[in-house]
Amino acid sequence: MSTPSTSAALELRDVAKAFGAVIALSRGSLRLENNSIHALVGENGAGKSTLVKIIAGLYQRDAGEFELAGAAVDFRSTAESKAAGIAVIYQEPTLFPDLSVTENIFMGRQPTLSLGRIDRKRMREEALGLFSRLGVRIDPDRLTLGLSIADQQIIEIAKAISLDARVLVMDEPTAALSGVEVERLFAVARSLRDEGRAILFISHRFDEVFDLCDTVTVMRDGEYIATSPIAETTVDEIVRRMVGREVATLFPKEEAEIGDDVLVVSGLTEPGVFHDIDFTVRSGEIVGLAGLVGAGRSEIARAIFGVDPYSAGTVTMKGRPVAKRNPKAAMDAGLALVPEDRRKQGLVLDSTVSGNATLAIRRSLTRFGLLFRSAENAAARTWASRLEVKAASLDVEAGTLSGGNQQKVVLAKWLATNPSVLIIDEPTRGIDVGTKAEVHRLLSQLAGQGLGILMISSELPEVLGMADRVLVVHEGRITANLSRAEATAESVMFAATHTTEAAQ
Amino acid sequence: MTTTLQSETLGQRVLHGLGGFAKARETGILLALVLVVVAATAKNPSFLFSADGFRDLLLSPSILLLVAIGQAIVIITRNVDLSVGSVVGLTAYLTGRLFIDVPGIPIVAVFAIGIVAGGVLGLINGALVAFAKVPALVITLGTLYAYRGINVLWTGSDRINASDMPKEFLGLGTAQLLYIPVLTIIAVVVLIAAGWYLRNQRGGRELYAIGSDPDAANLYGLKVTQRVLVAFVLCGALAGLAGVLYAARYGTVNSQVGSNYELTAVGAAVIGGVAIFGGSGTVWGAAIGAYLLYTINRALPILGVQDFWQRAVVGVLIIGAIVLDRVLALRSTRKLVEARDDANV
Repeated sequence: MSTPSTSAALELRDVAKAFGAVIALSRGSLRLENNSIHALVGENGAGKSTLVKIIAGLYQRDAGEFELAGAAVDFRSTAESKAAGIAVIYQEPTLFPDLSVTENIFMGRQPTLSLGRIDRKRMREEALGLFSRLGVRIDPDRLTLGLSIADQQIIEIAKAISLDARVLVMDEPTAALSGVEVERLFAVARSLRDEGRAILFISHRFDEVFDLCDTVTVMRDGEYIATSPIAETTVDEIVRRMVGREVATLFPKEEAEIGDDVLVVSGLTEPGVFHDIDFTVRSGEIVGLAGLVGAGRSEIARAIFGVDPYSAGTVTMKGRPVAKRNPKAAMDAGLALVPEDRRKQGLVLDSTVSGNATLAIRRSLTRFGLLFRSAENAAARTWASRLEVKAASLDVEAGTLSGGNQQKVVLAKWLATNPSVLIIDEPTRGIDVGTKAEVHRLLSQLAGQGLGILMISSELPEVLGMADRVLVVHEGRITANLSRAEATAESVMFAATHTTEAAQ
Repeated sequence: MTTTLQSETLGQRVLHGLGGFAKARETGILLALVLVVVAATAKNPSFLFSADGFRDLLLSPSILLLVAIGQAIVIITRNVDLSVGSVVGLTAYLTGRLFIDVPGIPIVAVFAIGIVAGGVLGLINGALVAFAKVPALVITLGTLYAYRGINVLWTGSDRINASDMPKEFLGLGTAQLLYIPVLTIIAVVVLIAAGWYLRNQRGGRELYAIGSDPDAANLYGLKVTQRVLVAFVLCGALAGLAGVLYAARYGTVNSQVGSNYELTAVGAAVIGGVAIFGGSGTVWGAAIGAYLLYTINRALPILGVQDFWQRAVVGVLIIGAIVLDRVLALRSTRKLVEARDDANV
């Protein structure tokens, strides 16, 4: 290990990165060879993105070694990493919408004539050359505005090739692509590999990993777990490595008495987003909605709550139909939605804790159309103390609280409406491990008090540890409905990634 | 496949150029300018066809033109400089003071000092924006008052008069070269240089990139801080040049010179098609916008529009330009998306 016979294209050894108290990466190692497509897999939060950002020069590592073609490197900016021959394609392409496709490819290093004049003709020809080599037809003169994600990714790849990048990192490039587009991307990736480049491919889809890559590295909880050739491993083995932790301890699941059906969703369909969604949530039950990022889970939740439209199907609460596209009606029927991005959608950061906690019940707190601070504080105090919100006072700004306490304030806001079903999207995203357990205990308690909970989560252990029943969504369809006993990391992951094979 | 693609484009290029002119955002505003001039001339032929009328048409907007060019450069980077009016005022007074306090100073040196002084004031704006990460709107609103305050403190109730400045310098303000005022020539030379830089230099294109998506510009590894700084310095330097020319043109300088230039300059840029959120537009558009604003002010009385309506017309123009921008942007987005769908079929 200490004296490799040939130097790798890129090597990271025991790289660490922390943000304040949160350790994003504790021991990341990776070795990319030339002529190879290397897969990096791991659950959300395993530290893959942090690793990529260190490679890209966006973050600087706190510890560990970073070598490029055998020489130690230390990138302080994205420009340095780029100059060293590393190209990164992010999940969300980063292009300039107001500029032409050609300009986007060559920005910052346009070919020039005398006096530093940009050689537009040559630039355009090179762009055409790149596109014909990639086998795609994109008008080099059109604005980037309005291009599909797939085409934007092709432009990112063209950019990488024109840089003559030796190392190409693709962070979940297929998340937003259709089947044909994925095939096109893979063909390009293979031809780049055959030119001797090293490619790092990050994906949640195992069929793609096995189809495209030759080596796979697994990460978990910010640590390197194992690297093995694809030919010598199996999906089961990878999943085991990804998940392999004591799931039970983190999840103080209490037994709750499960009652009658409260929320019944049947045949919910919105073309292109989700299809034939059928499920029920009973009182006291925690239903986990699992699946990959982008599978359509949040969209389903938003449609049920009346934020997004749906074209067919019905939502009923306690036997009464809930009007579509009307969040107010959904709230009156006893639904509450805690959104995924609490900083953007769930919380008014500049407002006080009590202001936030009573936001959803303001109308009922007013006297003669006026809102009194005392009424607000009294209502907020009940929930803040029940949820044990840790804040100096109810008057501090919500934005100054920790992630876990912010989440509790959002929960307080919705619980104040006295709902019978709570839909909660990614309840513990961006929360440290200790607080996670606290949020879990809270959810479990609420269920014990007879609340039905629909919990969307991308974290497998959370779903397995908390849910009484697990629904798995894959590309807008429910592909599995598993009881707590049936639900295992393997069975959920299989349903979340393998519908195509299951259908065959 | 490549060859056919390229031969197609050669033929297309001529058409493309013509179509590009017809479709360009600047063409509409140029038409509006021509329309205003034609209407005013029809009503009163001396608006254009007299020595004075023709000269005024070219001369009056020249100083604003310089300020508008600088403003456009800053707006393209998704910033704004509200302090330009105060910079014009300070440098105009500085010009007068130089002639009084340094007898026999060469005119070239006065120009150089004025431009550098403006550049330094711009650098202060740029440094505050780029390093303190405070929105340019707030920073330059602050420096608008700060610079004007310094100006008032320095000038007091003093006033620079024409008799304080050399004749050759004042002559520049009205001199003509082949019937074209020298001030206009200076403004057009600057315009061409700025237009060329923004279109053909890497630095110029990066200004557009930064305005189009600052986060992406960072990921690209562009030198965002440095470029934004340069944009503010250029804007300040152009305002400095405008200040020197103001002194030459009008001969009298008090502490209120250049007030409200900032809003007229922003208005000119926006009317000329520079997107207020950066990333698109040209200095050509801003220049035409500046001419239009000035010419309308002169033409409306001739057309019999009452005084108090004139400001309203300017307001309508600005709002109209922004609404038009929005409509065009939505339409082109839809078109581009449709083009994509067609391509995929």
